[in-house]
Amino acid sequence: MKCDSLVSINDFSKEDIMDLLEKARSFEENPNRKVLDGKVIATLFFEPSTRTRLSFETAVNRLGGRIIGFSDAATSSSSKGESLKDTIIMVSNYVDLIIMRHHLEGAARYASEVSSVPIINAGDGANQHPTQTMLDLYSIYKTQGTLENLNITMVGDLKYGRTVHSLLQAMSHFNPTFHFVAPDELKMPQEYKIFCEEHNIPYYEHSDFSEEVINQTDILYMTRVQRERFTDLMEYERVKDVYILRNSMLAGSKPNLRVLHPLPRVNEIAYDVDDNPKAYYFQQAKNGLYARQAIICKLLGIDVE
Amino acid sequence: MSIIKKELAVAALENGTVIDRIPSEQLFKVVSMLSLNTIPNSITIGNNLHSGKLGKKGIIKVADYFFRDEEINKIALIAPDATINVIRDYKVVEKYNVTLHDTLCGIVRCSNPKCISNNEPMSTVFHVTNRQPLELTCRYCTRTIKGNKIEIIQ
Repeated sequence: MKCDSLVSINDFSKEDIMDLLEKARSFEENPNRKVLDGKVIATLFFEPSTRTRLSFETAVNRLGGRIIGFSDAATSSSSKGESLKDTIIMVSNYVDLIIMRHHLEGAARYASEVSSVPIINAGDGANQHPTQTMLDLYSIYKTQGTLENLNITMVGDLKYGRTVHSLLQAMSHFNPTFHFVAPDELKMPQEYKIFCEEHNIPYYEHSDFSEEVINQTDILYMTRVQRERFTDLMEYERVKDVYILRNSMLAGSKPNLRVLHPLPRVNEIAYDVDDNPKAYYFQQAKNGLYARQAIICKLLGIDVE
Repeated sequence: MSIIKKELAVAALENGTVIDRIPSEQLFKVVSMLSLNTIPNSITIGNNLHSGKLGKKGIIKVADYFFRDEEINKIALIAPDATINVIRDYKVVEKYNVTLHDTLCGIVRCSNPKCISNNEPMSTVFHVTNRQPLELTCRYCTRTIKGNKIEIIQ
């Protein structure tokens, strides 16, 4: 590992990722272990995120650690004007590990520079959310049995969606083929296409969300097309229903196909998909628990069998 | 011709530094970037002087002052062709081109209003990710800024 904090998925090498996937699998078999006995862990949520916070806090609780922290900046001293630096230095005096979410981009990197204990980035604005990426990787690994040579289709908001950008970078170790399905306004940014070219990763862009694309896919990664991302609302109205997955569209898909979504879902996956065994987004969220247990132990240097 | 120019531009200093080949439109930005208004030494500033390569150029002569590397190299951001002449006893004892370091601390402002560096009392840090054309990447929010969009912190 390049440093003892996890700020970006790029802080993990391929070996780190494979090691974490094996650890996550082990935690899934037995999530209740008292390996954090005597440890205190802070969850500092300067920006509220119930789903991510509960997942982390469950991970710590099941490992026998204690938690301090806040779930909203309004109840922290940052509402009195305290700088992030001061808050982090103060809290790092008390705890063994800090898990933080912040609305400003780069906040976690900066915190990792001033903190005396490891930092886990639980999301910094539109920038990075590496534990989401780890749970995505674990979900792919678990459902496909491998991360190598997979055909991954990303659908929806590929411009602003940080989860797709991080997943794309993390998958670059594993020889994937990508299909990017998005409206013109929300296409995959140039820098990520250049990244693919530099890593010899084949990718194909589509503006149509067709069964032809779905039928060759191993992992269908859906994201939400949000109205506020559009400068032209006419364009939003035109495309908003184009990127909706319906159960009938999965009829000819590969048996191993799984549908992933970082959640929350609004309408981009029709409810009739939920009963299809290929729908995997709720188990995916559950996998976050095991992935986070693995990450916490790795950063604290705790070896688990 | 070049001998005359040298005498006019450089030889007049007994000891000090001459910053030559500054693009005319960047001259006063360089003055400000180096905080030359705060040093008490004699300073001569010339602008719109004839230059074979640049067309017009600016030149700054600072008597009895020698810049540290990290102090002077940052001007490469806006005057990449600038040359530094170190003068001792009327002679050019050292002449070099400015070069950007791989990391720039506290020099450039991040263009991302949501970057932590624009919201905390802290120094910015940029990595030079490409030199030609110039591209800087924020260490914190990872946004990339192209050469013509770079904003210098005053």
